[in-house]
Amino acid sequence: MAELIVISTLNGVLFGMLLFLLSSGLTVIFSMMGVLNFAHASFYMLGAFFGYQLTRWIGFWPAFVLAPLLVGVVGMGVERYGLRNTHKHGHVAELLLTFGLAFAIEEIVSMIWGKSPVDYRVPAMLDFPAFTVFSTNYPAYKIFMLVVSVVIFIALLVTLKKTRVGLIVQAALTHPSMVGHLGHNVGRIFMLVFGVGSALAGLAGVIAGPSLVTQSDMAALLGPILFVVIVFGGLGSLPGAFIASLLIGLIQTFAVALNGSLASVFGPLDPSLGASPLTDIWNVTIAQIAPILPYVLLVLVLIFRPMGLLGTRES
Amino acid sequence: MRHLPFAVAAAFLMLGSAASAQETIKIGYIDPLSGGGASVGEGGLKTFQYLADELNAKGGILGHKVEIVPLDNKTNPQESLVQAQKAVDAGIRYITQGNGSSVGAALEDFVTKNNSRNPGKEVLYFNYAAVDPAMTNEKCSYWHFRWDANSEIKMAALTNYMKDQPSIKKVYLINQDYSFGQSVRTDARKMLAAKRSDIQIVGDELHPLLKITDFSPYVAKIKASGADSVVTGNWGQDFALLLKAAADAGLKVNWYTYYAGGAGGPTAIKQTGLENQVFQISEGVPNSGNKAAMDFEKDFRAKTGISVWYPRAVNEMRMFKAAAEKANSIDPVKVAAALEGMKFDVFDGGEGFMRKDDHQFFQPIYISSFGSLTDKAKEPYDEENTGWGWRIVSKSDTAQTILPTTCNMKRP
Repeated sequence: MAELIVISTLNGVLFGMLLFLLSSGLTVIFSMMGVLNFAHASFYMLGAFFGYQLTRWIGFWPAFVLAPLLVGVVGMGVERYGLRNTHKHGHVAELLLTFGLAFAIEEIVSMIWGKSPVDYRVPAMLDFPAFTVFSTNYPAYKIFMLVVSVVIFIALLVTLKKTRVGLIVQAALTHPSMVGHLGHNVGRIFMLVFGVGSALAGLAGVIAGPSLVTQSDMAALLGPILFVVIVFGGLGSLPGAFIASLLIGLIQTFAVALNGSLASVFGPLDPSLGASPLTDIWNVTIAQIAPILPYVLLVLVLIFRPMGLLGTRES
Repeated sequence: MRHLPFAVAAAFLMLGSAASAQETIKIGYIDPLSGGGASVGEGGLKTFQYLADELNAKGGILGHKVEIVPLDNKTNPQESLVQAQKAVDAGIRYITQGNGSSVGAALEDFVTKNNSRNPGKEVLYFNYAAVDPAMTNEKCSYWHFRWDANSEIKMAALTNYMKDQPSIKKVYLINQDYSFGQSVRTDARKMLAAKRSDIQIVGDELHPLLKITDFSPYVAKIKASGADSVVTGNWGQDFALLLKAAADAGLKVNWYTYYAGGAGGPTAIKQTGLENQVFQISEGVPNSGNKAAMDFEKDFRAKTGISVWYPRAVNEMRMFKAAAEKANSIDPVKVAAALEGMKFDVFDGGEGFMRKDDHQFFQPIYISSFGSLTDKAKEPYDEENTGWGWRIVSKSDTAQTILPTTCNMKRP
């Protein structure tokens, strides 16, 4: 049991940190521009595929640096030539643009790299068990993923809270016109923030690609849960997104580990009921509903605390 | 005389057009070509295209060329019905599908309805891999033919092997949460209890189909349960990722599987270093020792770059030709009648037959284990360049695989 708890905690924290890496960019973009960027998970996918391709050409470490930058450039392009033009038509137009973009990116990726998973491998130098807890190995690459996520989180927090750049960005979040009047180029700030947000998603893709599966539907698999994270954590709140990511990572991992069902708590239903839908519901285990738990959480949060855990404004 | 070359050319052109005027037999291949099932779907497509080319090179079926029409169903029953309707609208009279019994059941229902509503335009459904027993039992249809052994037949053979392995004490079941995975888990529980009541089932897991990207939480649970063997019907990325997570965690157990040989599976097994600890039940393996099959394997690998993972697809296409020739027609109604009860020498040797009662094909099936190959002359084929390959450890003859059916078929 102790083994299961330790390993599940590690797995949960790791998945949570990956979610955070993805949602941090989305949170910043969303709170700044009011754009719910549906293509955010697609930038994550682009990161994974760029990482895969560059790894083949020039090795993993250069790819680790270059791929997120490339995704950032794509993101800036999208902001400069796409979103900025649709901005005057309101939020719905922006939302639709990113929505369409997500589909376009998926099609383009599957046209270039095919629809089956690509062979994106963990670099040889990180391909060994880092340590063994209770006879279970924990791969070094997962530790590497964890370290990268933590470093990025700290760097982001410090930049936003302690530097001048952070000050301007934060001001632009709440009072864009005032920041503009003070002589800052709000348009350029938006573009850079969008680029950084996309690059963060790209970075998550580069490091998650070898560990998970790199294929053209990976964005669709991860997309919905990102929105759970940012709404649950509170719109525009980075610490909120952090807590929500970890919480969701842990909940999902631990839910898988639990076998409890209503039947195991209260005993089986009267056999006279036979195979009714009721007995099916009664026997469903927590592990089976693990994938939908985050969405249950989303619904509950929206009902009881619409601004999210640490959110400050309602949207 | 100087017109001779033109005359010859013209004659050839006319011959050519006469041949192409013959109606092409189109077979709609409805399987995942995107999403989590894409790797297996693409392997199947390459296999069928190769088999069609093989038939065409030998003059097709009764002089008709065979063409495979790929239709992507994304492993989704709803999407499959859309694709099936598209195929019917395009005049396709034969469809084939394999991956996902949820899809298979939807298609079976579709052809049954379609054929009762459109007499004279019947469609046949050739199933090469959807193994939910219900499809040839309570849900059976005259228009459906299955070349793969259903999961009950496979589990019966698998547990016959497992019951003679005294080292098995604690078994963990992990399966995909849909009709097929559920039938694997119920059959495994039932048969293990009957054949080896001392075996303890320490875990019985169902997880979402083709949606999981990281199986570490599940592997942690298997490890904590103290299991020495895992039984799984997982296929596609669900198998490869499960084993990948097991390799990462260093989980050392025996695996009793249906589809360990699918794309990515062999690579994952090699990574775990589980030599001769992964078993698969199938109707044949590349190193079967059957000369005709091994020659076929060589040419197949050279042309497609993958190994023959669907000997049953070979049986399906060759039997289709035999049935059409027996009926002397490519009309689905006559082909279906010819297929009923038909005997056929299968790809890896031995005789199989298409049972008339439920349209289930019975054939010899094998249990093989995956490990390093030493005798290059006898075992030339490895998988996915791992240097490891499948070796047969147990065989059940056709007669030993026969199980009763509850099918009460409505015949036209």
